[in-house]
Amino acid sequence: MFAATDRNRTNDRIQRRYRNVFLGMTLLLVLPVLIILGLLVVRGGPVLTAEFLFEFPKSGMTAGGIFPAFLGTIILVTMGLVFSVPLGIAAAIYLSEYAPDNWLTRSINLAIINLAGVPSIVHALFGVGAFVIFFGFGTSILAASLTLAIMALPVVIVATRESLQAVPHAFREACWAMGATRWQTIRRVVLPNSVSGILTGVILEVSRTAGETAPIMFTGAAFFVPFLPQTIFDKTMALSLHLFVISTQVPGVPEDFPYGVALLLIIIVLSMNALSIGFRTWLRGRKKW
Amino acid sequence: MNGSESILDVRDLSIAYGSKTVLSGVTLDVRENEILGIIGPAGAGKTSFLQAINRMDAFNASMKVTGTLNFLGRDVRAWRNAYALRRQIGVVFPLPVGLPLTVYDNVAFAPRLAGKRSRAELDEIVERCLRRAALWDEVKDRLDSLGSLLSGGQQQRLTIARALSQDPVLLMLDEFSIAVDPVTTMRIEDVLKELRQEMTIILVTNLVQQARRLADRTAFFLDGRMVELGSTESLFNGETLFPETRDYIEGRFG
Repeated sequence: MFAATDRNRTNDRIQRRYRNVFLGMTLLLVLPVLIILGLLVVRGGPVLTAEFLFEFPKSGMTAGGIFPAFLGTIILVTMGLVFSVPLGIAAAIYLSEYAPDNWLTRSINLAIINLAGVPSIVHALFGVGAFVIFFGFGTSILAASLTLAIMALPVVIVATRESLQAVPHAFREACWAMGATRWQTIRRVVLPNSVSGILTGVILEVSRTAGETAPIMFTGAAFFVPFLPQTIFDKTMALSLHLFVISTQVPGVPEDFPYGVALLLIIIVLSMNALSIGFRTWLRGRKKW
Repeated sequence: MNGSESILDVRDLSIAYGSKTVLSGVTLDVRENEILGIIGPAGAGKTSFLQAINRMDAFNASMKVTGTLNFLGRDVRAWRNAYALRRQIGVVFPLPVGLPLTVYDNVAFAPRLAGKRSRAELDEIVERCLRRAALWDEVKDRLDSLGSLLSGGQQQRLTIARALSQDPVLLMLDEFSIAVDPVTTMRIEDVLKELRQEMTIILVTNLVQQARRLADRTAFFLDGRMVELGSTESLFNGETLFPETRDYIEGRFG
């Protein structure tokens, strides 16, 4: 009665075949990542010395280091976050916890999704029009980081809103029934239980903006600046733009230099991702309901 | 019979969500220190009825309530401070809701909202409420573990302790036994028998026999209206004039 029939055996063979096809596709995905990383580490690794990281470029960027670009990227990303995170979180709290379900809310949500889909070069042109020209910030760190912030906003909003929505609605109703206001409920129950998720989203967003080139190249990042920025109205160098410049625009750059810059960018991005994965694991370890 | 003073007086209550009416023309009173049972099949409007009492419609823009609900002699919508109204009314939900706070903080939540800060006072409230909810012995050694990680039955008693921490005039239970085991159900029923000495209870239940065991009077809701309200005894002794009620009580539908 429990002996396998021919039909069972055929089904089993077919299902194994499909499993292997899917496994192959998955392995195919990993391949490019491994090749890129391997190449970068092998060729860029030796370039990443302390001098390379902390010295100015010399001899028309064909020698010396990348310190201004390294520092510039950190400043741009940090300032972009300072602008986008408070605004994004506040907007997400409103949309998730306060907004009534009507056409206005729905259009705002639609607008946010569309904003997330806008190509970064279009954000760049908006940044030029709005921050560089209209507000008169000039091509500056301020204009560039505001442009990055606009680009980061929808992602911060969506990540935050999803973390808030992941807190069961029953918790809110229980608090309301005890006479808590919406804000008391948010502060005591909803936010403490979504803050890790929000942080994860924000960190992932940081790693994305760190690598962006288009939004900053017209608004504040420069080809070459012989000094470190003194105010937020100065221009700055940035890793992503620097990589583009030394790979394509400057003759005589040592062949391994671009690999070193690319490796540094990847290291920044991957360590951010690792941080966010760490958060998630920590979260899972402390399951709250 | 218990005191006949009415603490909640409902006149011609109707509730709609958008254009869909879920309850219409309900008129009833709830008397001090009684347990009022409300029975009826799913979709009869029982939960909406409870939500109208503590004005949860304020959190749901599509919920429209008409008619009057006099609680302690004042229309609930005339209470300028809906938060103060809700603090007088304890609510227990169908699914146990242990907030993701410590057991202690769960029970101290409402007292803290009311401005109580002294540790000694909060300690006293937490112990008293957990004792009355028959949960103290099980959690007294782990008051700082998460309330949301207790077992379902414990969470439901935690919810009751939390409701009691408000010192409510009225306790509303919405099908509290739906997700807890029979033993916990019986323990909670015992708790309710004790509590009726001090407060008024509205018990919405999906278990007809639970209403029979606990309620002084029972209302039968069906398809968005109240079919009848009478003493539990008469309802279950077959003195009802309404065939729907008899069919429901005898388990012929619902």
